[in-house]
Amino acid sequence: MPFKDYLRKRFFPHIWCPGCGHGIVLGCLLRAIEQLAIGKNDVVMVSGIGCSSRICGYVDFHTLHTLHGRALAFATGVKMSVPRLNVIVPMGDGDALAIGGNHFIHAARRNIAMTAIVMNNRTYGMTGGQYSPLSCHGDFATNAPYGNIDHDFDVVELARAAGATFVARSTTFHARQTTEIIRKAIAHPGFAVVEVLSQCPTYYGRKNKQGGAAEMMEWYRDNTTPVGSKAKQQNPTLIERGIFVQDAGKPEYCCEYKKLVERARRGAS
Amino acid sequence: MVKRRLKEHVIDREWCKGCGICVHFCPRHVLELDEQEKAFAARPQDCICCLLCELRCPDLAIEVITEELQTESATKEQTE
Ligand SMILES: Cc1ncc(C[n+]2csc(CCOP(=O)(O)OP(=O)(O)O)c2C)c(N)n1
Ligand code: SF4
Ligand code: SF4
Ligand code: SF4
Repeated sequence: MPFKDYLRKRFFPHIWCPGCGHGIVLGCLLRAIEQLAIGKNDVVMVSGIGCSSRICGYVDFHTLHTLHGRALAFATGVKMSVPRLNVIVPMGDGDALAIGGNHFIHAARRNIAMTAIVMNNRTYGMTGGQYSPLSCHGDFATNAPYGNIDHDFDVVELARAAGATFVARSTTFHARQTTEIIRKAIAHPGFAVVEVLSQCPTYYGRKNKQGGAAEMMEWYRDNTTPVGSKAKQQNPTLIERGIFVQDAGKPEYCCEYKKLVERARRGAS
Repeated sequence: MVKRRLKEHVIDREWCKGCGICVHFCPRHVLELDEQEKAFAARPQDCICCLLCELRCPDLAIEVITEELQTESATKEQTE
């Protein structure tokens, strides 16, 4: 099925600003699902609130547009009730790691099989460009006119430490790699986290004098390197991309729950 | 691997927002923005069908339609 058949075309052109990276993530995600030949009725997309979360309105799957930061909690409920469904949870960086940080670490810890995609533009796009927990030290934002004094999370390290069994990072510049990573993440039998660096030219780009969308993508090209590369040893400021964790051995939450129910039933009879 | 050649660029003028990403990153400078800030293929003959413009378009507005390149032997077989 051509990937555009997964779209709700009646809502296009979409709402995102010209050059917003979130549209590239949408394209990569749909191509990944197309490559896996998953039917529309076998995918549930759950999102919270944010520019990124609008993604779920554009796809012709089962979709839930829920509360800011709570997408993973709703997704957990869906997955627990019908474990055979492919649950995909695209989130903004604020959505996933500020208000939703608690849900994020616990979903990772449980290893519940779903795909969490963090569309990281290092800002709160929807509410006008405030700093997020992924804004870097020294970044500018509408509410940090003299520079951000917070430090950012490293999503990869956070997800790994919390117990996620698939952890990867890519960027909108690297669209082919992003598609491939998302495909592997969806096929992974546990909690998968994919961080995609995704430009917000309207706020983050403008506040940080990074130029337009194409220049921001050039920044991704020039400031990232494949995981484990020599370049990283020579220049530690480079951001690594690729697959960091891929462990299919850890018991998955819904499977464990099913076994628990069986044990309890046997015990009761 | 089967070689492919360009049939046409299909650009949805309703969906294109003129962000210029496809123009900026095309390795062969095939694309340009017109006076209405919509992408168009100014030099289609230079296209190498890498599909990068399509994959990176945030508005899913550009599609590179390709066809299989007939190798000489294949053409011969067909005419025989
Ligand atoms: C409970 C709650 N708190 C705050 C908000 C306001 N709000 C809406 S979107 C958003 C943050 C958006 O940033 P992010 O999640 O990074 O996504 P982006 O818009 O950048 O894609 C906030 C704080 C809300 N809608 N609900
Ligand atoms: S404000 Fe930023 S994140 Fe939101 S649609 Fe515009 S470019 Fe994208
Ligand atoms: S990348 Fe897409 S939206 Fe941007 S100018 Fe090209 S066709 Fe238009
Ligand atoms: S397919 Fe490649 S060469 Fe052809 S127009 Fe697109 S980016 Fe340029």
